[in-house]
Amino acid sequence: MSHDHDHDHETPSGPALRAEALEALLLEKGLLDPAEVDTVIANYGERVGPLNGARVVARAWTDEAYRQRLLADGTAAAAELGIVGGPGGQMERLVVVENGPAVHNVVVCTLCSCYPWALLGLPPRWYKDPAYRSRVVREPRAVLREFGLEVPAEKALKVWDSSAEVRYLVLPERPEGTQGFSEEQLMALVPREAMIGVALVSEPQGEAA
Amino acid sequence: MQGIHDLGGRHGFGVLEVEKDEPAFHHRWEAAVFAMMFAAGRAGATGNSDRFRHAIERIDPAAYLEDSYYGRWLGGLETLFVEAGLVTREAIDAKAERLGAPLDGRVASRPQVPPDPIVGYGAPGCRRTLPVPPRFALGDAVQTTLVASPGHTRLPAYARGRPGRITAQHGGWVFPDTHAHGAGEQPAHLYTVAFEGQDLWGPGSEPGVVVHLDLFEPYLLPRKEAP
Repeated sequence: MSHDHDHDHETPSGPALRAEALEALLLEKGLLDPAEVDTVIANYGERVGPLNGARVVARAWTDEAYRQRLLADGTAAAAELGIVGGPGGQMERLVVVENGPAVHNVVVCTLCSCYPWALLGLPPRWYKDPAYRSRVVREPRAVLREFGLEVPAEKALKVWDSSAEVRYLVLPERPEGTQGFSEEQLMALVPREAMIGVALVSEPQGEAA
Repeated sequence: MQGIHDLGGRHGFGVLEVEKDEPAFHHRWEAAVFAMMFAAGRAGATGNSDRFRHAIERIDPAAYLEDSYYGRWLGGLETLFVEAGLVTREAIDAKAERLGAPLDGRVASRPQVPPDPIVGYGAPGCRRTLPVPPRFALGDAVQTTLVASPGHTRLPAYARGRPGRITAQHGGWVFPDTHAHGAGEQPAHLYTVAFEGQDLWGPGSEPGVVVHLDLFEPYLLPRKEAP
C-alpha cells in the first residue's frame, strides 16, 4: 500500500477529518479529556519504546539462570525486571523464542496486529501493513531477504502467528565481539527488528569494549 | 469471518515498505484515535478486546486496506460508539462535513442493527481456570476444523482444515468467538499448534518452514496418523 497520499501538507485524508469529527463530538459530550491526545503522544511517542525488550535480551545474554527462567516463563522473567503489562499491555502470557545455529524465529499477527507492547512499544507500520501480514507466513525467507536477512535453507524457520493473547518475543543470538560488554552496552546493540525476528543483532562497530 | 482482515497467505500486496526511524505517530489524528480507544473503553462502548477487534474486522473492506492502521481503528471505534448509542452516524457525518470532508466520501464504520450485547470481562485478564482437563496432549496430531464462522474467530482461513501438531498447552482462556458477540466468555483450552509449510502451502513451499498458531480447543479435532 502506498502511504504517499497522506502527508500533512496535502489535503487531509478521509480518516483524518473523520477522526477530527469524532474527537470533537466526544469532547463535547465529555467522553474525552482535552489533554488526553497530548498524553498519548508523550506516553507512546517517547516513553514506551523497544528498550524494555532490549533489557530482557541483554539480561538473558549475561545471566544464564535468567535466560533459563525467561525461556520457561517469559511473563514472570519480564516481571523480575519490573516489566508488566497493564491494560493494553498484553503480557498475560509472554513466550520467548530463541534463535540459534539451527533455528530462526519470526513473529507476526496475520489477523490484526498483536504485538508485545510492554516490551517493544507500538509496532512499526510495516508490521501492521498487509504485505508483511500476508506474506511472512507463506514465504518468510523471501520476506526476510527484503529486510536484508538471508536465512540459510538448512536453518529451520519458525513463524509465530499471534492468533490469541499469547505474545512472542525473539531472543536473538549474541553477536561476536561483545565479550565483557556490560548489560547497558549490550542493550544498545539490540534493535527492535531483532526482537521481532526480521534482523540479527550486528557486531558492534567502532570502539572495542 | 473470512473478512479482508484475514490476510495470512494472500497474494498481491507487493514488497514491504520499511520506513527508517519512523515516529510512533505520523499524524496527530493517529494519536487522537489512540486516545479515543481509551475513551471508548471508559464509556462502556468497547465491552472487551475481542469485540473491538471484531468491530475493526467489520469495517468497509476497501477502507481496511486504504485507511492504514489507525484508520482501521477509527472505523472500529466509530462502530462501537454508534452501536453503544453514544454518538450517531449522522452527527459524525455533519461534523466531518463542516470540517471539509467530501459528502460522498467512503465511511469505514459498519454499525450493526441491532448491535450485539456489549459485555465486559467477568474477571481481570483473559486467563481462566477450567474444570476440565485439556483434550489434547503435547505432541498430539490434530486437524483444524473447516468451519468458517460468520462472526469473530481466531482461526485464520489459511489454517482451516489443516493437519498440525500440539507443541504447547496454555491453559484456559476466554473464547473470542463468543466473547466478541456478547455471548459469554465460554473459556476454552488454548494450544500452540505447529504446521509444516507444505501442509499449508503445498509442495512448492519454502523449505524448512514451520508456522505456529495459538488455537482454541473448539478449532481442533483429533487426527489419526498413518502407522
